[in-house]
Amino acid sequence: MNLKKTLSAAVAAAGLVVAATSAQAAITVDVYGDYGNYFEDFKKDITRKAGSYKHNANDWGGHHNKLTLNLATGSGAADMVLVDTGMIGGYINGGGLMDLSDKFAPFEKDMVDFAVKQGQNEKGQQIGVPVDLGPGVAFFRRDYMEDIGYDVDEVMETWESWLAYGRELRDDYGVYLVSNADGIARSIIYGTVKEGNGIYTGPNNEILIENDRFKFAFNMAKQLREEGLDANTGMWNDDWYGGFREGTFAMEIQGAWMLGHLQGWIAPDTEGSWGASNLPNGIYGTWGGTFAAIPTQSKDVESAWNVIEYMISPKAQLAAFDEWAMFPANKTVHDDEMFNEGIDFLRGQDARVLFAEIANNVNPVQPGAYDNIAETLVVNTALQEVLADGRDVNEALKDAAQQLQKRMR
Amino acid sequence: MSRSPGIGTQGSDVSQLEMPAPNRLKEIISQGTPYWFLSPWVIIYGIFGIFPLFFMVFLSFQDWNPSEGLGAMQYIGSTNYVKAFTDPLLYKSMWNTLTIALLSGVPQHLFAIPMAYILVQLGERARQWFTSAYFLPYITSTVAVSMIFFQMYQGNGIFNNVIVMFHDWSVTAPLFTWFDPDYPIQWVRANSVIQYSIALVVFWKYLGFNIVIYSAGMATISNDLYEAAKIDGANTYQRFTQIALPLLKPFIFFGVTMTIIGNMNLFDESYVLTNALKTATKDGMTISNYLFRIAWEDQQMGMAAAISWILFGVIAIFTAIYFYLFGREGLQEN
Repeated sequence: MNLKKTLSAAVAAAGLVVAATSAQAAITVDVYGDYGNYFEDFKKDITRKAGSYKHNANDWGGHHNKLTLNLATGSGAADMVLVDTGMIGGYINGGGLMDLSDKFAPFEKDMVDFAVKQGQNEKGQQIGVPVDLGPGVAFFRRDYMEDIGYDVDEVMETWESWLAYGRELRDDYGVYLVSNADGIARSIIYGTVKEGNGIYTGPNNEILIENDRFKFAFNMAKQLREEGLDANTGMWNDDWYGGFREGTFAMEIQGAWMLGHLQGWIAPDTEGSWGASNLPNGIYGTWGGTFAAIPTQSKDVESAWNVIEYMISPKAQLAAFDEWAMFPANKTVHDDEMFNEGIDFLRGQDARVLFAEIANNVNPVQPGAYDNIAETLVVNTALQEVLADGRDVNEALKDAAQQLQKRMR
Repeated sequence: MSRSPGIGTQGSDVSQLEMPAPNRLKEIISQGTPYWFLSPWVIIYGIFGIFPLFFMVFLSFQDWNPSEGLGAMQYIGSTNYVKAFTDPLLYKSMWNTLTIALLSGVPQHLFAIPMAYILVQLGERARQWFTSAYFLPYITSTVAVSMIFFQMYQGNGIFNNVIVMFHDWSVTAPLFTWFDPDYPIQWVRANSVIQYSIALVVFWKYLGFNIVIYSAGMATISNDLYEAAKIDGANTYQRFTQIALPLLKPFIFFGVTMTIIGNMNLFDESYVLTNALKTATKDGMTISNYLFRIAWEDQQMGMAAAISWILFGVIAIFTAIYFYLFGREGLQEN
């Protein structure tokens, strides 16, 4: 009897705890990267706007794997989820995420055009709401450029002038032009897409990877490697971080968010040595970016939408930009006075104006259902074969196109 | 659950023959005790082990993007198998797996057997201390170990720094003229060395496991045999090759079988060292990594299921060949 009583009491207590917890955390949000801190630090504000929530922060890969699994099994997904630009193509046509067109309509005009289109599926329904962008920026060492006597606009004017600067750096200073040749190939592949096309496929899923855009990108990367103009450090490892600190390369093309990492922890001691510029040859591209979406499984769509509405509000967009360099997808804040402030790390340059200009000039790129497969075949396989094994560019691309064709349904 | 007062007290033949209901229940419960105790494991194994296995057979004939939900599956016959068999990456990753398996597996046993022999000679106390020490890597998280090795393999990491040291030291300098300190070895970024880099981590991690197997095996060999051999004039080396090795066969058989199965499933080490399959994947990607990429990055679960069955077939064939060649001897069947 005593045992029975104790057990009942324990069950009741557990029930109360569960009830209390669920009452406290009305909705759940699944996030990754810095958004873990975002939902921690802005808890008060978000709760005021959208009610209480529980956030589950994961690393990039784990987050997207969990989302895929939740959509596959139809259970376990949070009420609101974040999706990275690179992954959005695989989800928007799947039917597991809600059409937010009506809710988003009043806000659409305020958001950066290319990102709005990127969040739409084949039917034009708004599945992903852009919350931050990654305008592609060239971070360059000002001191090297000054020493050699070049002006940044002059260097960036054409690919030829850019290469000429690289050769001088190599010959006179023993410094590499860029960290990784494949990064440059990516910038050309992502940054020169014709409007209406996807990165790898056209509007009717026709494969584009044998066209001139890819050939040029591959040849440029190959040339950089063969001429010894890239340090080949790889990324997100000690060699790469060391390269920034020690100045072994003079330029890095990344999303604007890279500034936060550089001044925060990678190379804070190099403050004042850096500048930011457009990409070479007048191209505009993006590196990363985040969408917010609501799974159809969500039990409280209204509260989930309120969280998204909070995230795209001017106040939250500026706060996230200030705190974690998440570049605002809401263009109404791009003329905020914060954008005119000089950035010490970039020797006082008001670079945020430049970031905004880049963001607003990027061509919309249609996400494709096969983007992930194509990325693996083209960037991770074919490009590696060209750079590491000296394989012929046309042959490598032809192979990749054939493989992609086979893998498409 | 009070028992009806009449039942079992009426003294009729029928009531004696027919067991009262609650008693029958008791009997079932008591007879089934072992099964009740087993059931949690059986249920869990059924759900997470057996069911996925059969579900995967089904899945390998479907086209399915998991983000579209379970309803999106479409039967496509053997297309997934055709896709897999015509993908050069399947063969390449299989070849990589085999190479890394040999590079790490063979030395594991070549080192573990003599080391176990030496440890046994050192006596019980020393043997236990050393085996524990060698076993430590085995119980350390593979991801943590791989990440530490990833750091050590960097351009300015310990491996390159040690080579620089030898390169600069006048005594060893002539041996290291091939090394140019300006171009450190790209341990985890160059296709030419990635397999060695992965194999070293695997070797380091699993050596201890094999030492434990072999030292346990050596401990079962009676001292009388060694003594008899000693009296007959056999030296240490002869005692090792003529007594220890032949009697160790069943242990060698077990150890090598585990290595074959383990190495064919290699995932974590290569995944971490190739920076999540971003660099040197051409030679560094194993078949399990390839399978993961198709399933989770490309989101083609049907094809991934087909590949895992192909992988199952390959492991089965290798194990069967091995059993056929060495099984009888290894299991000491006459």
